[in-house]
Amino acid sequence: MSVRVGEAATAPEFPVAAKKLVSNAQIRQNVRRATDIIRNKRARVVEEVDDWEQLRRAGHEIKEHVLRHLDFYLQQFEAACTRAGGVVHWASDAAEANRIIVDLIRAHEATEVIKVKTMTSDEIRLNPALQAAGITPYETDLADLIVQLGEDQPSHIVVPALHRNRMEIRRIFSEKMNLPELGYEPEDLTAAARAYLREKFLRVPIAISGGNFAIAETGSVCVVESEGNGRMCLSLPRVLITLIGIEKIIPKFRDLEVFLQLLPRSATGERMNPYNSIWTGVSPGSGPREFHVVLLDNGRTNVLADDFSRETLDCIRCGACLNACPVYRQTGGHAYGSVYAGPIGAILTPQLQAMQHSQSLPYASSLCGACYEVCPVKINIPEILVHLRGRVVEEGHAPIVERLAMKAAGYALETPERLSLAQKAARIAQIPFTHDGVIRRLPGMLAGWTAVRDLAPIPKQSFREWWAKRQKEPRL
Amino acid sequence: MSAKQDIIDRIRNATGGSSITSEIEYESINRHYRQAGILDPAARIELFADRLADYGSPVYRCAESEIAPTIAGILTERSKTGLLVPRDLPRIWLPDGFYFFRESPDYHELDSSEGVLTDCALAIAATGTIVLRHAPGEVSRALSLIPDYHLCIVFPSQIVETVPEGIRQMASFSTLPITTISGPSATSDIEMTRIKGVHGPRTLEVILVT
Repeated sequence: MSVRVGEAATAPEFPVAAKKLVSNAQIRQNVRRATDIIRNKRARVVEEVDDWEQLRRAGHEIKEHVLRHLDFYLQQFEAACTRAGGVVHWASDAAEANRIIVDLIRAHEATEVIKVKTMTSDEIRLNPALQAAGITPYETDLADLIVQLGEDQPSHIVVPALHRNRMEIRRIFSEKMNLPELGYEPEDLTAAARAYLREKFLRVPIAISGGNFAIAETGSVCVVESEGNGRMCLSLPRVLITLIGIEKIIPKFRDLEVFLQLLPRSATGERMNPYNSIWTGVSPGSGPREFHVVLLDNGRTNVLADDFSRETLDCIRCGACLNACPVYRQTGGHAYGSVYAGPIGAILTPQLQAMQHSQSLPYASSLCGACYEVCPVKINIPEILVHLRGRVVEEGHAPIVERLAMKAAGYALETPERLSLAQKAARIAQIPFTHDGVIRRLPGMLAGWTAVRDLAPIPKQSFREWWAKRQKEPRL
Repeated sequence: MSAKQDIIDRIRNATGGSSITSEIEYESINRHYRQAGILDPAARIELFADRLADYGSPVYRCAESEIAPTIAGILTERSKTGLLVPRDLPRIWLPDGFYFFRESPDYHELDSSEGVLTDCALAIAATGTIVLRHAPGEVSRALSLIPDYHLCIVFPSQIVETVPEGIRQMASFSTLPITTISGPSATSDIEMTRIKGVHGPRTLEVILVT
């Protein structure tokens, strides 16, 4: 098994990528503006639901239950889907999933496919694999189309082109769709996408989709969307291939009553998104005549193996944590070097890769907790971030200097005597760096700390010393 | 080893063994959220109408006996000469003087049509949602999707208040294809500005039978 999460394994570390991005005022402005709007919309529609906390709790418990019995539910799903005329494939990693999908398309001698937004396909780098096999994929979600035509990377789970403003989108569409007279208004741009894609919807015989929920009890799949491109892809072509991460399983049809309340309000701030499609295998005389599901592991079982952070797999990809995150709002999504950006990306991306890559991501957070507050399935992202920082160090991925420093700190903090000695030593060591009672510049690795802030020197007397002295003084 | 066995084994290693049954544990999941509505029928219908208005979907109210003339009025106002309809739609609802073709299987004919008239399986007031069930003879997926105009008839007895009530009803036909529709097709992908009408019908109108 060789896990692949987009280009994350070779992406620059978060601080390096972020430094470049925060100096791009246009991206920061676009991201800030868009996330402000979604946050406000979300807050309004969440406030009106008086049982929101109970729904969050149920969502969390259902997901935790599924993960404990994932082998059972996956096989139940496979049996039900197969009974209904679907074909279930299993893929251990990205390469295997890509191979299965390419082979299915080749078996139909097709050279084009239409795609409904699926982050999972970006995770496994499906589009390059299709192109390498001579197959042209057409993204049909408006934002994905903007990303694809702009030869760009998605920067948000729900709104992948959130980093682009209307002027930039107009330029991309006008160039790639050959529309020199195209207007600048979102209405003009949306109408251009409609005209560009409609011909493809009615003609291309194979579609690829993701899935929001796969229902074990019935073998059904549910896709949640807004534009109608999902419905087009799911019901018009002759062949449908649906790629689903193994954690997308829910036990029963009735569980939709929880997630179809949590997801739209959290993702786009709507009471309900315009369209949900639910289908089971193939239906005679309606929709695709051939239906394939590819169940993808690609590192999800790595996440499952860590009891503490397993709940990372509860994620329903609403993007609320991105919109709430003060770090994401400054850097945008590209800094994370993964198709999964923001707080959830910071915990998911390294875990999928068994902590072998993207080790800087658990540090891309101020641990403020805003992500946990808004998470519809109560993933405790701040605690998992801290846990993963621990794993980065324990599993030996931290720089040697940091490990030595931590070891020394551990030794010094073990007994009060050692701490007192260390404090005394530091009081002497800091003298050359202290001016007017402030440390403005530290040497070597410590310079990073003082690069953007001043440091107060260690006081002449520690609390412990003051307390001991106070005990000896006569009380009044 | 097959990929399936491989994945199942990795899951069992990660979770500490295989799980045979999980029904009791499933039943113990806390579901303290609202399972049913509290509004009286009149208020429920008003809530549904209010939500549709919020999505920008016009609502026409009429008595059951007035469905045909109401449709005639809407078509006249919109300068339409007729609509496509699902095979089993009751003829009594269709006014004279307009064409009503039974569904065409040809996508391009659907694309060049003037619109579609359907009924629905149920509706959810709290979210302004219309639920279509795609059984043979009922509205097909393509028919409710490709035309640019969708006129839908909803009866008050079909409206439930909450999402859990709606899902419970949908569970009774859960293996048929189902589409839920909450307002016209929309996108907010460009600067989070909500634009009505992308690929699905750009206009959704509802006849609410009173």
